Amino acid sequence: MAQVFHPRANVLAKLSLILLATGPVLLLLIGTGVSRASHNTKAGIAADQPVPFSHEHHVSELGIDCRYCHSNVETSAHATVPPTETCMSCHSQIWTNSPLLEPIRQSYKTNTPVTWAQVNKVPEFVYFNHSIHIKRGLNCNICHGSVQQMQLAYKGKPFFMVWCLNCHRNPEKYVGDPDKVFSIYEKGQKGQDREYANMPAEERDILNVGEHTRSPEELAKGEEWVKKFNIKKKQLADCWICHR
Amino acid sequence: MSAREKLNDDLILGKHTYRSINDKVNNVVLNQNSHTIPWAVCFMVGFMLLQLMGLVILWLLYRGIGIWGVNNPSMWGWDIINFVWWIGIGHAGTLISAILLLLKQSWRNSINRFAEAMTLFAVACAGLFPLLHTGRPYMAYWMFPYPNVLAMTPNFRSPLLWDVFAISTYATVSAVFWFLGLIPDVASLRDRSKNPIFRTIFGALAMGWRGASSHWQRYESAYIMLAGLSTPLVLSVHSIVSFDFAVSNLPGWHVTLFPPYFVAGAVYAGFAMVLTLAIPVRAWYNMKDFITMRHIDWMAKVMLATGLIVFYGYLCEGFFSWYSGNVFERDMMRFRMFGPYGWAYWMLILCNGVVPQFLWFPKIRTNLVALFVICQFVSLGMWLERFVIITVSLTRDFLPSSWGYFTPTIYDIGMFVGTVGQFTFLMFGFLRVLPMINNFEMKELLYRMIGRGHGHGHAAHAPEPALAGHAAGDGEEH
Ligand code: HEC
Ligand code: HEC
Ligand code: HEC
Ligand code: HEC
Ligand code: HEC
Repeated sequence: MAQVFHPRANVLAKLSLILLATGPVLLLLIGTGVSRASHNTKAGIAADQPVPFSHEHHVSELGIDCRYCHSNVETSAHATVPPTETCMSCHSQIWTNSPLLEPIRQSYKTNTPVTWAQVNKVPEFVYFNHSIHIKRGLNCNICHGSVQQMQLAYKGKPFFMVWCLNCHRNPEKYVGDPDKVFSIYEKGQKGQDREYANMPAEERDILNVGEHTRSPEELAKGEEWVKKFNIKKKQLADCWICHR
Repeated sequence: MSAREKLNDDLILGKHTYRSINDKVNNVVLNQNSHTIPWAVCFMVGFMLLQLMGLVILWLLYRGIGIWGVNNPSMWGWDIINFVWWIGIGHAGTLISAILLLLKQSWRNSINRFAEAMTLFAVACAGLFPLLHTGRPYMAYWMFPYPNVLAMTPNFRSPLLWDVFAISTYATVSAVFWFLGLIPDVASLRDRSKNPIFRTIFGALAMGWRGASSHWQRYESAYIMLAGLSTPLVLSVHSIVSFDFAVSNLPGWHVTLFPPYFVAGAVYAGFAMVLTLAIPVRAWYNMKDFITMRHIDWMAKVMLATGLIVFYGYLCEGFFSWYSGNVFERDMMRFRMFGPYGWAYWMLILCNGVVPQFLWFPKIRTNLVALFVICQFVSLGMWLERFVIITVSLTRDFLPSSWGYFTPTIYDIGMFVGTVGQFTFLMFGFLRVLPMINNFEMKELLYRMIGRGHGHGHAAHAPEPALAGHAAGDGEEH
């Protein structure tokens, strides 16, 4: 009886061996890619909001301070999204006819909050607290990307644990003067060209991209801040800090 | 079947030629009508228990491992007991296929194939337990060090992690070894089979094997190399499993004797399982010419020797807990012998200390019924050994306020019975679809017997070159 397989099929046999050896590596690479892709992390993807609120508009152009709306960010765990009343403090006077603002007016009339879709979120088993980070001079953009440029809010960075730990293990690379957390947005406002030009490189980097690699001098300053804040580096990356 | 059969020094009995060996081994697979009622019963019972295990696992995934009897203070229970038990059983296969090969023991030839299959299936059963005990089996990949977004590597100082590597290496090497050994035999099946589906499946599995001398040359070197790789595994896998206990500092676990004594126990339990399977299977499929009484006698002797080592281990444990002068060690031994689990300890001594002594008698070693019964005692004894080690130490720890009593739930029992079912199912499934005896090695053995003028000259043709004896189905009989 003739053989089922032609000698050419031997190539397939060899191929299957090669695949067996490279397959796991390939799978690992695919998994690595998929888990870091923005489809999975949702980083950079704007959510569908009831009102197309633009940070660029209100922060960069109008120069409103973050704390005007995210009023709890310095004192509590949650930054909180502003209530309707905050918007109405201006929008009861200006742009009162804008159709885009209809949900806000409805919410104000019916006294029901607007349901904003939250884009930045850590899982329930992670404890996060804004106030401590702001008090250590960490700018919002370090964690959220350059918010003041966002037409629609999106997640600036995926909150991987490795990312939290990267800073918790080496806080001197990021901590700084708590008084300067909000001033960079002022300097970066539209029309403040002179102040923008005089900004230190670090502030400008953080403003524009949310990232900056510190030079040795800046690092030395960072070390000083760590000492001043009395940050216990050895404990900061312990599991119970975030998983309570 | 007559219980007692005669001993004969030949490793192949009866009048056999290359062709008759070939037909005998291949026909089990090619003639699907050769399977009888006992096969069907074992297979079906195994299948049913396997389904039961499926249900238990589903419920476990839904409810969590709280449905098992494990709870404070006995955080380990049947899961780890069964795990160690199954891993141990696997060891005979590797010992037979690797160490006996390197030692040129030709009596391994007729039993290595299904002992290796047994290894694989036992490891498959064993692996389930730690996997399910994690509670989130779908996160099992966390146990491997891979670049991840959690910035976490597994804890390399933990023996449980060493286990992960030991067992996954063991499973991989055993599987490759088994598959490699199958290739020439599968090629023979491909060439003999008339059924186009069989021909396609076996053809794909044979991976283009033609029996060319270049094939044989590579085959032999690959096989020997893999045997060399597996040899340390026989010793390392169960040593590492024993570290799960020995590296802790619980009295009764913190014992330096554990590695060698666990390895001996593994081989002991493994041979008991090989015999448990070989004794009925050789009768049902009439393989008595290949798995001779000589084989059975030798396996019984290996069991006796390793059983004595294990028993020596028990004596040492008793002696050293007294000799240590340590109050916790002494108490632990007292609890083992006379505590709430005393019954288990004395059963253990009966099964692993007393019963194997019968194997000193050649009459019992060649009495299949007696031997089969002894093997069951050995399997039970090895299970009890892990039970005694694990539960007594955990339920009698340093704080009397946290003492407790371990009681298994029906889900523990369901899991255990389920893995027995899985093992039986896989084993009997294997008997039906792949050659249970290493066909070409038997032919090679026959060649060597004839070549030595062993009185087996009834092969119609004169001794052929070794390679022809090897060749999977071409050459000698066309
Ligand atoms: C400090 C005053 C102020 C506050 C507070 C304020 N806005 Fe505005 N908003 C403005 C001004 C001024 C404009 C018009 C800018 C332009 O187009 O010149 C505007 C424009 C808008 C527009 C675009 C309207 C359109 O039709 O193009 C939207 C949408 C909007 N705001 C939403 C909100 C929401 C939601 C809030 C509350 C979270 C809010 N604003 C709070 C001052 C404010
Ligand atoms: C005028 C009010 C207002 C100001 C000023 C403002 N925000 Fe917001 N912010 C909002 C509203 C409303 C939302 C929710 C809607 C959205 O996500 O677009 C929001 C959402 C966000 C989010 C995303 C929250 C989420 O869903 O996870 C971040 C981050 C954020 N703001 C940061 C900032 C920073 C940093 C500043 C200062 C540079 C700032 N905001 C200034 C009103 C404001
Ligand atoms: C250390 C990194 C970090 C910094 C700095 C930071 N955030 Fe956040 N932010 C987060 C994380 C993490 C979350 C998700 C928190 C959660 O899910 O509870 C979040 C969530 C938010 C949210 C939406 C959910 C909430 O908590 O109400 C807003 C709004 C927000 N941040 C605004 C700000 C503003 C404004 C600043 C600067 C003043 C800031 N964040 C600085 C990490 C940071
Ligand atoms: C850019 C640096 C940075 C990043 C990113 C960062 N942290 Fe922090 N975190 C700090 C610093 C600095 C402190 C203050 C430590 C101190 O003062 O002892 C801190 C403190 C904390 C604390 C409070 C510790 C305590 O003792 O109460 C928690 C909780 C925390 N971080 C969670 C997180 C989580 C969760 C993430 C990631 C989503 C994160 N952090 C990302 C820098 C960072
Ligand atoms: C600085 C904060 C922080 C510290 C410290 C930290 N984690 Fe996390 N951990 C996180 C965040 C944030 C996530 C969520 C990551 C995500 O959603 O991708 C997380 C996720 C995890 C997860 C994944 C859970 C799941 O089901 O996906 C595990 C496991 C974990 N952490 C374990 C640990 C262990 C163990 C430690 C101590 C060595 C630790 N973490 C320390 C912030 C932290």
